[in-house]
Amino acid sequence: MKLFVTDLEGVEHEVDAMLNWTVMEIIRDGDLPMRAECGGSCACATCHVYVAKEWVNRLPEVQDEERDTLEGGFEVEPNSRLSCQLIMTAELDGLKVTLTQDSAG
Amino acid sequence: MTTDAISTDVIIIGAGPVGLFAVFELGLNDMKCHLVDILDKVGGQCAELYPEKPIYDIPGLPIVTGQGLTDALMQQIEPFNPVFHLNQMAESLTKTPDGKWRLTTDAGTIIEATVVVIAAGGGSFVPKKPPIKGIEEYEAKSVFYSVRRMETFRDRNILIAGGGDSALDWTLNLQPLAHKLTLVHRRDEFRAAPDSVNKMRELVAAGKVHLHIGQISELHGAGGQIEGVTLKPDGGDPYKIECDTLMPFYGLTMKLGPVANFGINLHQNLIPVDTEKFESDVPTIFAIGDINSYPGKLKLILSGFHEAALMAQQAFRYVHPDRKLRFQYTTSSSDLQNKLGVAAE
Repeated sequence: MKLFVTDLEGVEHEVDAMLNWTVMEIIRDGDLPMRAECGGSCACATCHVYVAKEWVNRLPEVQDEERDTLEGGFEVEPNSRLSCQLIMTAELDGLKVTLTQDSAG
Repeated sequence: MTTDAISTDVIIIGAGPVGLFAVFELGLNDMKCHLVDILDKVGGQCAELYPEKPIYDIPGLPIVTGQGLTDALMQQIEPFNPVFHLNQMAESLTKTPDGKWRLTTDAGTIIEATVVVIAAGGGSFVPKKPPIKGIEEYEAKSVFYSVRRMETFRDRNILIAGGGDSALDWTLNLQPLAHKLTLVHRRDEFRAAPDSVNKMRELVAAGKVHLHIGQISELHGAGGQIEGVTLKPDGGDPYKIECDTLMPFYGLTMKLGPVANFGINLHQNLIPVDTEKFESDVPTIFAIGDINSYPGKLKLILSGFHEAALMAQQAFRYVHPDRKLRFQYTTSSSDLQNKLGVAAE
């Protein structure tokens, strides 16, 4: 499985995606910048990513906790997600995300 | 200045779980500690980021919250009377003429000790700065991330941004003395304490607080003096709001901070240590917990506890060079039990 990650310079990276890993962990494992200060407990917003438009509706819905925590992020858009809350499944093979100032700044 | 200095055995930078447990291990070996932390409370990330979240991998505690673990550690170290200097950032570290370390905080506290233990986790918690173009130009002049003195803000036209407790608390506290107070938040829902949200809603209904929903996209002003912001509502047209003071409250983030200038070897913002003593490349300066690095390092609280125990052995040799280090168990040693205040009569 693959995950496509666009960095702050606009360069797209293809990284190996592991089943049931979070997108945050996959980005980190791919040696791309990923602050994720709270370690994936949905307590900060430093794993904030933008999800490519065509994927937004194919992801599980944002839960209340994630919505609240996203408020600590900047330049939050309708396609903003916390990558620690996105779990890789076969259906998400090829998912495209873009890093933000929060996660990679 | 030296006359005002506090003298102790060990300075611990960071009062998170690992810094707190270090007090215990150092205390068993007759070393007194002063702790410095930038937060206004002890517990570090456990207390700041996930006080209510359960932790399942503390040995012997099948489930404990971040705050629960902090409270338990405070109880465990109470016999050793640690002294806390909270709400202060460890700013500089120098050597005194007699070879001790002198730590100065940004609040002016000066502590001198033989040993320094850096248990600073991911670094200092500092306010998140919004990535709005040119904001640096206004910082500390008309853009503020914290409030030192409320009087500074009397009769100002204040714009507060954010939806958490800090944003709401300062909205309620500053509204009575502000000339005008505007609260800006991304959506019309607030995660702050419900009581604060209700009070804010009442002030909005009474026309005393102006509430706008949207994100700040641009700042206007000159020479460090802000004159207004452009607000972008979700799906609407941007518009300008006038203000002379902007206060963004978007929570905290971690930065290594002045520790980087202490003269210790760093690698990727971590402090390399040996795995026998957890000492940095500078003798008598140790690093334990998430801030250190060594082959096989795991950023777990339990690893930090182990590191604290081993660090304390070497710290003893520095603090009590004339004494022989004695390894004892709390279960069987009446000496240790005396220190813990639990010795049988």
